[in-house]
Amino acid sequence: MSLLRLDHVSRRFGGLVATDDVSLEIPGQGISAVIGPNGAGKTTLFNVISGFLAPSAGKVIFDGQDITGRPPEAIARLGLVRTFQLVQLFDDLTVLENVKVGFHMQTQGGLLSALLPGLASRHEEQMVEERARDLLRQTGLADQAGTMAAVLPYGKKRLLEITRALAAKPKLLLLDEPAAGLNKQETEALAALLRGIAAAGTAILLIEHDMSLVMSVTDQIAVLDFGRLIARGTPDEVRANKDVIAAYLGTQSEAAHA
Amino acid sequence: MMNSLTSIWAEARSNPLLLVLWLAVAALAAYVFVNGGYLMAVLQFACIYVVFVAGLNLFMGFTGQVSFGHNAFAAISGYTSAVLTATYGWDPVPAAVLGIGGALACALIVGYPVLRLRGHYLAMATLAIGLIAYEVAVQWDSVTQGYMGISGIAPLGVGRWTITSDRGILIFLIVVALLSLLMVRGIRRSRLGRSFVAVAGSEDAARALGIDVARTKLLAFLISAGYAAVAGSLFVHAVGFVSPEVFGLHMVVLAFTMLYVGGIGTIVGPVFGAVIVALLPETFRGFKEYQDLAYGAALVLILIYTPRGLVSLPDLWRRRKAAQKTDVQQTSARQGGAA
Repeated sequence: MSLLRLDHVSRRFGGLVATDDVSLEIPGQGISAVIGPNGAGKTTLFNVISGFLAPSAGKVIFDGQDITGRPPEAIARLGLVRTFQLVQLFDDLTVLENVKVGFHMQTQGGLLSALLPGLASRHEEQMVEERARDLLRQTGLADQAGTMAAVLPYGKKRLLEITRALAAKPKLLLLDEPAAGLNKQETEALAALLRGIAAAGTAILLIEHDMSLVMSVTDQIAVLDFGRLIARGTPDEVRANKDVIAAYLGTQSEAAHA
Repeated sequence: MMNSLTSIWAEARSNPLLLVLWLAVAALAAYVFVNGGYLMAVLQFACIYVVFVAGLNLFMGFTGQVSFGHNAFAAISGYTSAVLTATYGWDPVPAAVLGIGGALACALIVGYPVLRLRGHYLAMATLAIGLIAYEVAVQWDSVTQGYMGISGIAPLGVGRWTITSDRGILIFLIVVALLSLLMVRGIRRSRLGRSFVAVAGSEDAARALGIDVARTKLLAFLISAGYAAVAGSLFVHAVGFVSPEVFGLHMVVLAFTMLYVGGIGTIVGPVFGAVIVALLPETFRGFKEYQDLAYGAALVLILIYTPRGLVSLPDLWRRRKAAQKTDVQQTSARQGGAA
């Protein structure tokens, strides 16, 4: 059974149809990807799934629930957690604190436990501290735990954003171009990390430009072009698909013009 | 308690400048306690502002919002305290509790719609709240006695035990100021405080992690309004007099100055901001008619050289040292190359 299902989802901006009647099923395990040329509507689709944009038409079903038009924080609580194309860290928090924020949904402490930390929430804070440090060790950021997020090098910022999302214990992790701006080494490390996450039972859906990453880690790929789904299948099937090649390289007639 | 004391000590040792600042403030408090005089009033005033600014810091420094209108909440509780004790003969504690409750209720009613605004619009809307409170204090003659103000407000205390001596008031205010700082510190290190700073960092990322941003902002607003209300009641009971000017726009300007001079978004910044900004005009008394000019110049210099407040001075110093080090390395590398 699929974990996420898009049912004829469209999103229009005025006259522009950014997402055009997309129907798609994402399984509850493994790594899936949405690819497509610039402007194909990938990020719009992500925003619709994660609740940052309401669809103009169609339905989004996650884990058996209709989440169409629900706010992002409500969707996150169901176990669908995303990262952003432009890294969105909490700059005034340390690396460790950033990950601790990821545990927000699994913890309770409010004002009272903030004012009486010894009584109300010591246990909870200890648990969060230990698990956050564990996660940082897994993603290789343990040495930077006390560093302010703002001063991390770019590659580590990307990594921290994923670590923080993992803290939220997602059923489905949405990654918006996780390899953007990473060098080859960092991309390889990222691929290994993603495989590890998927192997541990968290499904991943990523949008990606970096073909080497997509082809090396994904189990299934959906291809968007001008907002429409033009192909789907395994990496090999997609690579051989004529429509996909045309979308990426231009059709012959377009190529002749160029 | 022991735990937090030892961790405070560890923090102080890792940041010598902060330790020096604390010692200076403690020495000043001790001097004033022994000698009294005009500085007594200045220091009491600073303590009350520590409470106000510490609360504002939660909303502006941690949560990244802006409010020019927190004087309204100080005014609501301050006037409630004043009217109930002076006109109706209430005890100060129930009067203050009712005032603070009233201020919180107003903050809830006002905050719910206003916090949908951001940036300049939020600044404008909150400014309006502050101005409305001031106008009400001026115009509602029958209750507030307009510009004349209310005097004969009951001193701090419970029943027959009242604090009337200057020294007693100072000690009480210092205790309240320190408590309010400890509370800010507890909040900053908790799940709630992290969600405040998360909202300041990226609302989108906060929402993607399940944080209800609107609710978080409202909570920060309410807590900071609570601090403002406590400061308002403290002021009228400590001074025994209130007029609209006490909680006017001047209060906001002063609090902003203290917040930025001390270090916005830091835990202890409000202490040093409040003490220094309260003291500065006195320091420049010798300049006679140039007093205001010197005061202004000192503020500008502080803001230019410590853009993140006095508390950030050690960072600045470290960065400069690091910069010098790389300079030296580069120079010696160049010389090495030449040789």
